[in-house]
Amino acid sequence: MQKITRENLINKAIELLDNGTVSRVLGWKIGEFAYDVTPAVFTTKEDLQKDFIFDDFCNANFSKYLIAETRKAEEKVLVFLKPCDTYSFNQLLTEHRFSREKVYAVGIPCEGMLDIGKIKALAGEGIIDVIPGEGSITVKNLYEEEKTLAYGDVLTERCLSCKSKKHVVYDELMGEEGDVIDSNRFDEVEKIEKMSADERFAFWQSQLSKCIRCNACRDICPACTCEKCVFDNPKSSVNNKAISDSFEEKMFHIIRAFHVAGRCTDCGECSRVCPQGIPLHLLNRKFIKDINSFYGDYQAGQEEGSRAPLINYTFDDLEPGEAVGRGV
Amino acid sequence: MRKFSIQALDTIFAKIAADEKLYLPVDGENGSNYKLWEPGVQMSDALNTVRSAKDFFFPQTENLIEFKVTGKQIDIIDVRNENEDFVVFGVRACDVRSFDILDRVFLSEPIDSYYANRRAHSVIISMACTRPAETCFCGTFDIDAANPAGDITCWKTQDSIYMRANTDKGEKLLAKLDGLTEECDDSAVSAQQDKTRRIMERLPLANLSAEKFGGGKTNEFFNSPAWKELSQACLGCGTCTFVCPTCQCYDIKDYDTGNGVIRFRCWDSCMYSDFTKMAHGNSRNSQVERFRQRFMHKLVYYPENNEGIFGCVGCGRCLAKCPISMNIVKVMKKLGEE
Ligand code: SF4
Ligand code: SF4
Ligand code: SF4
Ligand code: SF4
Repeated sequence: MQKITRENLINKAIELLDNGTVSRVLGWKIGEFAYDVTPAVFTTKEDLQKDFIFDDFCNANFSKYLIAETRKAEEKVLVFLKPCDTYSFNQLLTEHRFSREKVYAVGIPCEGMLDIGKIKALAGEGIIDVIPGEGSITVKNLYEEEKTLAYGDVLTERCLSCKSKKHVVYDELMGEEGDVIDSNRFDEVEKIEKMSADERFAFWQSQLSKCIRCNACRDICPACTCEKCVFDNPKSSVNNKAISDSFEEKMFHIIRAFHVAGRCTDCGECSRVCPQGIPLHLLNRKFIKDINSFYGDYQAGQEEGSRAPLINYTFDDLEPGEAVGRGV
Repeated sequence: MRKFSIQALDTIFAKIAADEKLYLPVDGENGSNYKLWEPGVQMSDALNTVRSAKDFFFPQTENLIEFKVTGKQIDIIDVRNENEDFVVFGVRACDVRSFDILDRVFLSEPIDSYYANRRAHSVIISMACTRPAETCFCGTFDIDAANPAGDITCWKTQDSIYMRANTDKGEKLLAKLDGLTEECDDSAVSAQQDKTRRIMERLPLANLSAEKFGGGKTNEFFNSPAWKELSQACLGCGTCTFVCPTCQCYDIKDYDTGNGVIRFRCWDSCMYSDFTKMAHGNSRNSQVERFRQRFMHKLVYYPENNEGIFGCVGCGRCLAKCPISMNIVKVMKKLGEE
């Protein structure tokens, strides 16, 4: 259950609209069901009061939307950022993707967001209500059944391995500030590293062959902000919308993983939106883990303007031979 | 009507699979999907498969023809493989309707022979729903979840499976199972249908109406200011089109083999930026226009060309899978307000 409420955020938004700090508010909009939240731009008090929501399903990270939104008007836009969202925000600033002056960023605390896929897997379809409680949620369905599920069983993967409750950038902070967490996010990567080469190949083949090349992972990714993606360019010869053989889909994911290496903040949006449930975060985390072990700990987005190891040459950089020698 | 005991399900499957490939929904780590039946494979009780059943007739990628170049000679190699008989078991009412929608496109002149062959070689065995999800709205398009179409319709109760043949193909398959099934009346089925229909009335989207939409409504909705707001957060990813059982657009491309090409087709999406790219440029330059196309096609253009039949079957897949939770229901409600 979130500590900060919908009302807290609506009041803040109205205050900033009223005093002219911002002209628009990027926020979460209530949906048809207890869990389907859509990113939206609010401009009036009435719309905020009617449709703005903040609950355990406000997963969407708004950072990437700022690229388009800041181009729309001269006035500032208000954005609410959860701790993990602030890393994406900083990374986009580092890459000069939007102008900082056009944004008013309010950091908000987050207690972890829920994964509706996990809830449905445990409670079944037909969900008409999800009631948050202390340590658990109560799910009600169309068939007059009720189930209580522990938060630990229904949190999104990225929240279970949350790396930071601390906001790395904001104009104003609401609620209490948290800390960087000593997370377990590399545990799964280590399991894959321990596999034999054949097992690892089989693992990734079974996962990536599920891909339908919908591109949701790329389109939601705050690190994927090219004006024209190579995979959308008909002249690139790799722009197949769908897999043409089992190699093609690996190529899409490997190219993407390389392209975001050192820039991926591990926000977890890619895995969250994949309709096929492919654990894409494991690919990106492998890169993060390797970069950490080759060049020293580096967290993309932690500091605006920081130079990622892969684009920053230093004399004591690792030689390719040494990387192989480390056997990872 | 014929029936058999649930215990005999594997025997029935084995009997069908002895002659033809049999596909049915099977639970996996990411929900249920159609898989080939073999002894030991368990049928899923999940409501709907993650990927729709259109894949059987209109696969995501399909090789059409191959050209092999040796010096000045070009060999044309036939790579077609769509002439194998198969049976699909457990298709839900919405997905069965989606085949009608695809038929009207692929089986109109010029007939798409790849699609037509697969349709001709298939037997569809549908399964009536008993536990619809909150995202279901097949009723909006007059689909009866308790009485799906298909070559054979099945109803599953606690202990038995009931089967009714609807077509010649269905009759033939049922006849083959004669020794394993027994004749029965339809009282158990009627009782189940009544119950399901009562549940359907209580669904959150039970009152969603498509009345305001249909052929001839292009001018009414095309320039609506609502499109801008509705499409505002859309990523243009194409997930909605790829999980949709009725989305039917494709692209044809050549894969360079080094000594010729394999010409293949793959799904395309009106949500993609290069979908309408032509020699002169692009006629849909923003996501607002691309987004509008998807919904206008399903709610206005398709019915205009197909006797009022809508191009959506209310399966709810796009409701569940869109990364930003924008979907046809929200579009219908918003446009309907005006
Ligand atoms: S979101 Fe999933 S299915 Fe879609 S392209 Fe990415 S990995 Fe493939
Ligand atoms: S690759 Fe995935 S985890 Fe990394 S920044 Fe992109 S969406 Fe976030
Ligand atoms: S409506 Fe949703 S699923 Fe469809 S393209 Fe837009 S973001 Fe993707
Ligand atoms: S538009 Fe959505 S609900 Fe309608 S048939 Fe397609 S996926 Fe199903």
